[in-house]
Amino acid sequence: MPRPRPATDWEAWSLRAVFMALTAIAVVFLIGPSLIVLLTSLTASQSLRFPPAGLSLRWYVALLQADQMQAAAWTSLVVAVWTTLISAVLGTAAALAISRTRSALGKAFDMLFMSPLLLPALAFGFAALVFVYQLGLRPSIPLLVLGHVVVCVPFVLRTTLAALTQLDPALLDASASLGASRFMTFRRVTLPLIGRGVGAGSFLAFMASFDNVPVSLFLADERTEVLPIHLWQQIETNLDVRTAAASGLIVILTLLLMVLAERFAGLTRQMR
Amino acid sequence: MKLDDFKLVLPLAALFAAFFIAPLCVLVVMSLSTDSDMQAYTSAHYVKFFTDAFNYSILIDTILLGVKATLVCLLFGYPIAWVASRAGARWQSVLLFLVILPIMTSVVVRTFSWIVILGRYGVLNQIVTGLGLSEEPLRLLFTEAGVVIVLAQVQMPLMVLPILTVMSKIDPNLADASRALGAGEWRTLWKVTLPLSLPGVIAGCILTYSACVTAFVTQTLIGGARHVYMPLHIYQQAIGANNWPFAAAISVVFMIAVLLIVYLLNQLTRLTPDAKT
Repeated sequence: MPRPRPATDWEAWSLRAVFMALTAIAVVFLIGPSLIVLLTSLTASQSLRFPPAGLSLRWYVALLQADQMQAAAWTSLVVAVWTTLISAVLGTAAALAISRTRSALGKAFDMLFMSPLLLPALAFGFAALVFVYQLGLRPSIPLLVLGHVVVCVPFVLRTTLAALTQLDPALLDASASLGASRFMTFRRVTLPLIGRGVGAGSFLAFMASFDNVPVSLFLADERTEVLPIHLWQQIETNLDVRTAAASGLIVILTLLLMVLAERFAGLTRQMR
Repeated sequence: MKLDDFKLVLPLAALFAAFFIAPLCVLVVMSLSTDSDMQAYTSAHYVKFFTDAFNYSILIDTILLGVKATLVCLLFGYPIAWVASRAGARWQSVLLFLVILPIMTSVVVRTFSWIVILGRYGVLNQIVTGLGLSEEPLRLLFTEAGVVIVLAQVQMPLMVLPILTVMSKIDPNLADASRALGAGEWRTLWKVTLPLSLPGVIAGCILTYSACVTAFVTQTLIGGARHVYMPLHIYQQAIGANNWPFAAAISVVFMIAVLLIVYLLNQLTRLTPDAKT
């Protein structure tokens, strides 16, 4: 016989309290570091102490003179833009084909294209370097872009496939029966409906490429330096406040891009 | 697969054949070669790895690091997903946005901010000494505990998102039925919600684990020189020691170890209630 529920359900209350408390701790722990690096970068002094001694934007102004850092940021941007474009086109095409088939071959392709997410990226970066040398080539920007595409395309593939499964096939049949060609159907029906999925995936691919260290470490040539590796060397050699300012800038830009991606591509919904 | 579809996959498949599968095959050949010219073959590098305690203890440390960080992610990630699945649409978006924020922020920047927090005179030590919890500043940077904390923060979304996806699909009537039959909230969680969300938990563990063991930047900057994990070991052998065949052998061992654990976790999915129906 079921027990009657008491007026105050202590058990329900305790479960909620424990889970809410763990979530609250996690949230502090998730956003705390970004806030602290932002505040530290606003310091007026030479040292990286928190709380900062006086507020000023002098270290941000100092970034204007940081030529090496700017060159590295530019290289990273160029690589990330190319990587995103190639990943978006190849990833969407592959996703369209994979979503339409139920064959074992389609499954195998899906697994192959997603596997860079699970495999150690550093081992892949090293393998790519060994391979490039065997071909008699040397690391270069185009090879770096290809390496980035391999590790970034899974993001596009995942969100686009998720968007495609939501697509009603009746719409495609309707378009075809009204005389639209396959390309026309893709451009006028499919693409507008999966656009947010492709957009969210492209955003993730861009961020992953801009931030990539393990592949860039092996495939960038000696003269070109990408931003994350440049910043890493700064942190290891001289921990100065300019690094904090660059970090602060990256945090702000990331936040802005994420708000835009959320607004136009529904980022948090696409990632589920 | 129809011919038209095959044409659509072809470009990406060609890229993967040329720039993913081929390099991995060359890596395996390199790992079996006596030197980087790849003329003569030997299994000596694998023998060296498994007979030298220094080498295989790095592999074990790396696997354990992944397990610890994954457990911390699960401890916090499951409640986050639970709270998010019960929140309204707006709060759910806000919560997810906060969860995704760290993984989106550049890994070097994230690690740098943790150095500011965990350092000898960092934020955490100021709080600890300020509250009188400890006379001396704690050693947090360059410790394994530090690496676990930072990895858990960074990889949290990989745990939360798959759990949330599965949890939102659970029929709320099942939990109501459990309560109507007299089970309390904790019992309902343990007997109904948790088993039904297990596929999400396993998917989350797979993603978090494989991300944690391969997180080169975080492991290296927070762990320091005294805590060497597999990615740094590979890098040191490849670039520092310029010993490509040995670096290739440990890369192959590492990849197989990661895939083996992913495979075993994946097998657990078959045991969940969903798979039986």
